[in-house]
Amino acid sequence: MNQRFFLSLGVALVTVSVQAAESDLKPALAALKKVGPEGRGNAEAASAWQTLSKADAHSIPVLLAAMDDANDLAVNWLRAAVDTIADRELKAGGKLPIAALHAFLGGTRHHPRARRLAFELIARVEPAEADKLVPTFADDPSVELRRDAVQRLLETADAALATNKVGATKGFRAALNAARDEGQIKKAAAELRKLGQEVDLPRHFGFLMTWKIIGPFDNAKLVGFDAAYPPEKEVNLAAEHDGKAGKVRWSDLVTKDDYGMVNFNKPFGDLKGVTGYAFTEFNAASARPAELRLGCKNGWKIWFNGKLLFGRDEYHRGSRIDQYRLPIELKAGKNTLLVKACQNEEVKDWTKEWEFQLRVCDATGTAILAKDRPAAPAKTALKTTAQN
Amino acid sequence: MKKLFAISLLAIAANALTAADWLQFRGPNGTGIAAETSAPTKLTEQSVVWKIPLPGRGLSSAIVVGERVFVTASSGVEQDRLHVLCFSAKDGSKLWERQFWATGRTMTHHKTAGAAPTPCSDGKRLFCIFSSNDVACLDLDGNVLWLRGLGRDYPNASNSLGMASSPVIVGDTLICQVENDSESFAVGLDATTGANRWKLDRPKMANWTSPLILPGASALVVLQSGKGLSAIEPRTGKEMWYYTDGAATIPSSTFANGVFYAAAKGITALRPAAGNPHPEQLWQTAQLSPATASPIVIGGKIFALNNAGILSAGDVKDGARLWQLRLTGPFSGSPVAVGAHLYLANEKGLVQVVNTAAAEGEVASTLDLKEIVLATPSVAHGALYIRSDKTLWKLGAR
Repeated sequence: MNQRFFLSLGVALVTVSVQAAESDLKPALAALKKVGPEGRGNAEAASAWQTLSKADAHSIPVLLAAMDDANDLAVNWLRAAVDTIADRELKAGGKLPIAALHAFLGGTRHHPRARRLAFELIARVEPAEADKLVPTFADDPSVELRRDAVQRLLETADAALATNKVGATKGFRAALNAARDEGQIKKAAAELRKLGQEVDLPRHFGFLMTWKIIGPFDNAKLVGFDAAYPPEKEVNLAAEHDGKAGKVRWSDLVTKDDYGMVNFNKPFGDLKGVTGYAFTEFNAASARPAELRLGCKNGWKIWFNGKLLFGRDEYHRGSRIDQYRLPIELKAGKNTLLVKACQNEEVKDWTKEWEFQLRVCDATGTAILAKDRPAAPAKTALKTTAQN
Repeated sequence: MKKLFAISLLAIAANALTAADWLQFRGPNGTGIAAETSAPTKLTEQSVVWKIPLPGRGLSSAIVVGERVFVTASSGVEQDRLHVLCFSAKDGSKLWERQFWATGRTMTHHKTAGAAPTPCSDGKRLFCIFSSNDVACLDLDGNVLWLRGLGRDYPNASNSLGMASSPVIVGDTLICQVENDSESFAVGLDATTGANRWKLDRPKMANWTSPLILPGASALVVLQSGKGLSAIEPRTGKEMWYYTDGAATIPSSTFANGVFYAAAKGITALRPAAGNPHPEQLWQTAQLSPATASPIVIGGKIFALNNAGILSAGDVKDGARLWQLRLTGPFSGSPVAVGAHLYLANEKGLVQVVNTAAAEGEVASTLDLKEIVLATPSVAHGALYIRSDKTLWKLGAR
């Protein structure tokens, strides 16, 4: 009875203390959240930061929660304040509000980075307790927390390989299902395939595999990036246009690449100084926020539902999965995607690639699949004039 | 009264900034020449005063202000954790650490890292930039003064191989070169607030060189790129002289005794003159060909390291090659000098001390740190600081 009473009292006191901290810090938090582009609000933020960083340790959850609706610059200011408070408190022999940090970590609606920071603070003080939490993060919205959990799954499956192939298979499958990190996905997929298991990597990532392509248009002296060729004005899949070396028309391309690479060199030959377009539709189950994630080492532009999202005229400096992340709002039903890929005129071996990979996913990297996506990369569904 | 106040300010400034501090990439004015004249030339295992683990990777050099050593690092699978660390020069103990999340793109070539550019300091504040083009200004105690996300503000300002240009601080302006194939610019930031004082369009081409300060009553900053050189007023960005015959995009240049030694077509010696937009070309030689490491001038000699790890010494009067010395390469970091001795660390962590006063140059000593080192050494208060992806070392007399 007494123990329960004091525990309740403790929780109540912490709550009161946090509420007081929240109230005291409100003006400083508001000032700090106003930081914006080109240094806007920095002077006020510096002053606010002095207030926040001098707050006591009970304020840490308040600062973490403030990250929820803060922009990424303000999140960094807040993070630095949290670190400063925690360092000072621990150096002075004080304590961090561990119960409140656990509660915060459990609230998956909070900013993923704030929750990760809460976890790291817990780990500083109670490493064994933090370690026990790791397996619970396999489906966590924080990519960093999830990565730790997947690593644990991979290590367990690895350990089972020699003696328990069924267990290892289950373990690698669980790891693959949970994994959003490219390296971890590749590791789990490779192990599953060695164990004779089917793995549909394009589906796991959400790569778009089925395209209509057209080209080549000109990109000599890099003119193609700014030139608005006919597909940018209207996508008419039945139309014929003037290309770089004669008439060009749309054709089908279905990539079978595990990582969704759409390679223009396959149908067109290893051309230089050219521009190509790829078009596809995405049939969304519902309206929702999403991300287009692109990997491309050529100049590129992307239009989503007819609107130019972004473009970049960098050539052959490297490419990787999720190189560029572009937030979009999917609408229910048909959405359209047009990708422009420009190849430059350099002739070195490492400048041959004329390709891109594109996927649709949520902010954690979880694939969002089209309603009508086939179970595996289509091999015969479309009349294929070009295959990667 | 005003005069007394001014004298007091000068005295404070003098105290805050000692001659032996190392405040930016390649130290005083970016020349690589230490202000002091002696440091240990016979390096041995006993030369390691302390070594401490770092929480992340980096090619950035340490900088030293008084008794404090500052270094940046980046960590995480995406290299999106940006660390600023402060250590005691005396014993290597960590005094503080701040972390930020990158707001710009973090993709780099696997060899480099997010913490590629070296921070700089005016003796009171610390200015850190990362490959993601995030800029953090902190005081020496780790208090955050301002933050900028240049990749956030200018979303095509990035290089998929990574950025590496180190900033310089002149007066109250921080100059950053953010040059790449797409949205390429240089910017002068108000050191107090981080706001733009000026922003210049720069050639659209990848560039990893760092701005160089030409000291003097009216100090200039030289911006180098594949197109050439542009000397600007740091406060306004106004161009005062230029050179358009091309320059290197990896090694930076150097400056000594009124002559600018450009990493251009080998080395091109230029003498700028006040009021003249065209510097006089004194000589040009391909016999001195800096690869990744930047050239350095000691007395009457200029030194350049080529891709094969051969150190070439040239005469500053005409560029004539005086001698060559084969070192153990390859090198990513640049040499620094204390007196007549050059200090270099190769990519495998072999620190080599070269006595340039010897007739044909000679290796005075070596010390194998047994870790990959891609950063340029720093020298302060008689000690050498070298960092790898894992460790920060202080080398010197115990």
